[in-house]
Amino acid sequence: MTPRTLFFMRMRGILRKEALQILRDPSSIALAIVLPLVLLFIFGYGVTLDAENVPIAVVLDDNGPVARDVSARFDLSPYFNTIHLTSMVEAMASLNQRRVDGIVHLQADFSSGLYKRNQAPVQVIVNGIDANRARLIQGYARGVLQKWTELRQARGEPVAVPAIKISQRVWFNEAAVSRNFLVPGLITLIMTLIGILLTALVVAREWERGTMEAILVTPIRRVDLLLGKVFPYFILGMLGMGLSVVVGTTLFHVPFRGSIVALFILSALFMLASLGFGLLISAAVRVQFVAAQISIVAGFLPALFLSGLIFDLESTPRFIQIVSHVVPARYFVDISHTLFMAGDVWPVLLPNALALFGMAVLFISLAFRKITKRLEG
Amino acid sequence: MDFVRRIIALTIKEFIMILKDPKSRFVIIGPPLFQFFVFGYAATYDLKNVRYAVFDESRTAESRQLLSRFEGSENFELTKTLKTEKEIDFVINREKARLVIHIGPDFSRNLHMGRPATVQVIVDGRNSNVALIALGYIGNIVEHYNRELVKKGVVSINGPGVELVDRAWFNANLQSRWFIVSALGGIISMVVVMILTSLSVAREREFGTFDQLLVAPFNPAEILVGKSLPGMVFGFMDALLFSAGAVYWFGVPFRGTIGALVLALGCFLLTIVGVGLLVSSVSMTMQQALLGSFVFMMPSVILSGFATPIENMPHWLQIGTLLNPLRHVIVALRDIFLEGADASMIWHQLWPLLLMAGFTLPLAGWMFRHRSQ
Repeated sequence: MTPRTLFFMRMRGILRKEALQILRDPSSIALAIVLPLVLLFIFGYGVTLDAENVPIAVVLDDNGPVARDVSARFDLSPYFNTIHLTSMVEAMASLNQRRVDGIVHLQADFSSGLYKRNQAPVQVIVNGIDANRARLIQGYARGVLQKWTELRQARGEPVAVPAIKISQRVWFNEAAVSRNFLVPGLITLIMTLIGILLTALVVAREWERGTMEAILVTPIRRVDLLLGKVFPYFILGMLGMGLSVVVGTTLFHVPFRGSIVALFILSALFMLASLGFGLLISAAVRVQFVAAQISIVAGFLPALFLSGLIFDLESTPRFIQIVSHVVPARYFVDISHTLFMAGDVWPVLLPNALALFGMAVLFISLAFRKITKRLEG
Repeated sequence: MDFVRRIIALTIKEFIMILKDPKSRFVIIGPPLFQFFVFGYAATYDLKNVRYAVFDESRTAESRQLLSRFEGSENFELTKTLKTEKEIDFVINREKARLVIHIGPDFSRNLHMGRPATVQVIVDGRNSNVALIALGYIGNIVEHYNRELVKKGVVSINGPGVELVDRAWFNANLQSRWFIVSALGGIISMVVVMILTSLSVAREREFGTFDQLLVAPFNPAEILVGKSLPGMVFGFMDALLFSAGAVYWFGVPFRGTIGALVLALGCFLLTIVGVGLLVSSVSMTMQQALLGSFVFMMPSVILSGFATPIENMPHWLQIGTLLNPLRHVIVALRDIFLEGADASMIWHQLWPLLLMAGFTLPLAGWMFRHRSQ
């Protein structure tokens, strides 16, 4: 028999063993298929950073026609659900009890100020506890007042037009729908779970139970072993990724502007880097309990917090940005955002791909050395 | 008395199991500290140093003055000055800058003739939240500049107009770090407790030592208490540590009472221990226990209001989040830290937690008896 047929025989054996192990314990398949679906549905139907129908109280201490005109703009805005209250005391109580998220207040001298000094304040008070939401609400209020100005202009009524106007365009995501960037991020998270968590556990289990030594005394070489471990979980991770992309784009209409080939190649690199990291953890600690803890602390949580998935990385202090460079998810979040919304922009994709490739090679070769060393030592 | 003695013995055994192995000891104590600092700094919606490019076709005193407002802001960082319109495409596509401020050639002519002068802003929408926040900052800067132009008499008010005066309660500077960091203790302690409790039973199952435990003179309730105490202790420790760090390191105000904090965390961790034991009672291996924990934890974090507001969800999902223990503790934590709630004010969050604990703990006990017979 040639070395090649021997290699294939060994691979067939070990792949069969791994496949059986995966099929026998449905929890790993659940992780690759059920969890992505559940999370996609939650994101697709519910979770968003975009606010709508924000409950706000409107207090008019001035009942002039202009004041009513302004308050009508708030009533008509899709962003707000207005409740009209007669006094500020009442409105503040509502804000305190969180029945409303903000107050729009036109003071008694609103009309007179407008006619005498050409200027009148519209007071907007928001609950600042959730700063991000508060800022959005302020932005919406600003938009409503701008609409009012435009409307008066259109009706030919005198109105102050600001000297400098902003015309804004949001590229790649015109309506700034947060789902379009949350779903690609979710794919990163799912692949991280399969690549790091599952792999770390599965290989550590073989050490813990002593079956690793049993495999190593068979004619199977370490390369075969590594390939046999990487391949099935690679397939599982890519399945989870493919499923998420299909569901995200068809059911939830997240745009996908890149090419399938680029997606496949780049996610394969990310999968390999994650798998390598998972293997390295398991080879280094060899105890499931500890491997699980480390993969959560060093794998999962950084993928959530230090990847730009939800929170912006560039706004963090310098040392956090430096730490984030060792998180594979960071590179893939950038890749998936670009692929989904901007397309195949290779100048962005390539540096990220190189980083992932480097990490994949580093982690897998370290894991390989660790396995070999362990046996000799 | 016997009961207490047996529980103590079991608890000591559990602590030894976790602490005897140096690696295991390290993962319990080291990472939470590291996490707190890293995530405390990373988890914020406030933008700093947003890289922007400028394409100024006007090149007049007015345009430069407006642009100097951006240069002076710590929210923005100038990375490139563009020469042609084509470059806009280039810098946005390749992420060389996250937004481009484009001032047209007739900017100052329009300004002096009393016509509206337009500033075009092009933002990279790949992260839509960053795009919206950055546009908000820009709106503020331009609004201030407009007011200044009026004050200086460069332009005159050309009709009646309204001016937005905004104020934010409880958090005047709108720092999102307060909001996030005050809730971080809840999340991390949940992870610690879930993993410790679900794995500790599954580990015994996998090694076959669980059967030994069952034939020892312990009843299932005692085993459950012994299994849940270490997780409770470590989870509590981490949560309190995080709360102290939030206040003393990140400067988050602590306006409520310590009693309320301890009460809220206690009720929450009790519920989570119940869920952890439930997961472990249905898992045969550590893999199943860990993955089961994740199937619980991931949706809980997403539906907790930690990073995305619950108010933005559709109504049916908002109702659904009432079943999420993490949601209740996060609301309670924020009330305690930022709004000065005491124990009586967080009662609305406590009773659902107690109700859930009253359901999950007995159910876990029943499952154990059921599965072990």
